[in-house]
Amino acid sequence: MKILEVKNLAKNFGKIQVLKGIDFSMEKGEVVAIIGSSGSGKTTLLRCINFLEDADKGQILVEGNCIYEGENAKKLTPAEIRKNQLNFGLVFQSFNLFPQYTAFENVTLAPKLLAKERPDYKQNKKQILEEIDSNAKALLERVGLSDRMNNYPCQLSGGQQQRVSIARALALNPKVLFFDEPTSALDPELTGEILHVIRDLVKKQTTMVIVTHEIEFARNVADRIIFMADGVVLEDGTPEEVLDNPKNDKTKHFLSKLSEN
Amino acid sequence: MFITVTLSLLEGLLTTFKIFALTLLMALPLGLIISFGSMSKIKVIKWPIKLLIWIIRGTPLMLQLIIFGFGPGLLGLYGMDTFVAVMIAFVINYACYFSEIFRGGIESIPKGQYEAGQVLGLTKTQVFFKIVLLQVVKRIVPPMSNEFLTLVKDTSLANSIMIYEITWNAKRFMNSEHILWPLFYSGVFYLAFCGILTIIFGYIERKLDYYKG
Repeated sequence: MKILEVKNLAKNFGKIQVLKGIDFSMEKGEVVAIIGSSGSGKTTLLRCINFLEDADKGQILVEGNCIYEGENAKKLTPAEIRKNQLNFGLVFQSFNLFPQYTAFENVTLAPKLLAKERPDYKQNKKQILEEIDSNAKALLERVGLSDRMNNYPCQLSGGQQQRVSIARALALNPKVLFFDEPTSALDPELTGEILHVIRDLVKKQTTMVIVTHEIEFARNVADRIIFMADGVVLEDGTPEEVLDNPKNDKTKHFLSKLSEN
Repeated sequence: MFITVTLSLLEGLLTTFKIFALTLLMALPLGLIISFGSMSKIKVIKWPIKLLIWIIRGTPLMLQLIIFGFGPGLLGLYGMDTFVAVMIAFVINYACYFSEIFRGGIESIPKGQYEAGQVLGLTKTQVFFKIVLLQVVKRIVPPMSNEFLTLVKDTSLANSIMIYEITWNAKRFMNSEHILWPLFYSGVFYLAFCGILTIIFGYIERKLDYYKG
């Protein structure tokens, strides 16, 4: 059973076709890196899968269940969209931490609000909240921030903020975790700590889709690499296939430009 | 005489405070509702609200007080309490100014904050109350303190339709006793009122200073 299948996903912004029918799928525990130049539609693809944009056409399936159909998108109620959304987690390029909450509160906010919807919340309130707290502590420890839990985002470096946002996304146990250029907003000396955290997630068999410009990192951690250009998938294969023996001229051109830098 | 004047002005201060507090109590929530209306994507909601804001901000509060104070009588509706008329004028006027401050505050919150809330499975209401609202409050404290202080002094306009607030009571001595100093003295009461508000706002600003952004 594929954990995620995207079928013929298309999205227009006005007259501009940003996604022209994207197909890809992935297995549980797989790590897929999406590369491609700016404007190729990588970010839009992530935003469509995470319900931040409505795709115009196509389907998104999770474990075989269709959770989004472009033609019927308007029929989904906000509650259904929320439920579907929780299949996924998204780590933003610009972190988007909540500035008024500490690192720890950023991680616990959503789980605590969601817990209120559980039928057994009233009976087991104390236990549920304790579980959320200890889970948040464990996650922050895992991303190496056990000593910064009570700091506000403004007191943390960019790399630390991004690690909090990874912990925040993990706290909801998403089936697939998406990263939208997680290191692009960071100083070069801080990217290492994020890549280190992602490597650790790979070891723990986390299913991930990573949009990135760090080609060598993608080669090291990804099981598969997808190359996108002008809203279509041009290559989809193992790192060796895509990076060392690209079939398409555009891929070759993109990779040669990268190696010039 | 000094004691008589002081007592009279204190009595006026009570009315002033009543107008001030009741206006805030009603204009703050109404202002939030109006701000949502002015940001609405539905044109039949958005444009009438924009028109209302234009009219209210585009005409003197004094004129609005006179319209609400004397207008009902002109239309043959007698018996409306003058104080109610004053409250209607103040609440609508201040709600419109507040709504623009709220709108500015809400629109200044980065889109990423909403999106982060959304991908974490929060409802729109939760995103607004748990994530956006406090950030808006922090951003609008300085312009709000301006409005609060202006409101303290604007209450004096109510004397034009015979509400016995501080300025009315001070002017009364000018007419009955032919003395001017109670009017100058009334400034002390406004100053003290605004002084307390300034201290409170300073405290709120410091309280919200625990985070940046």
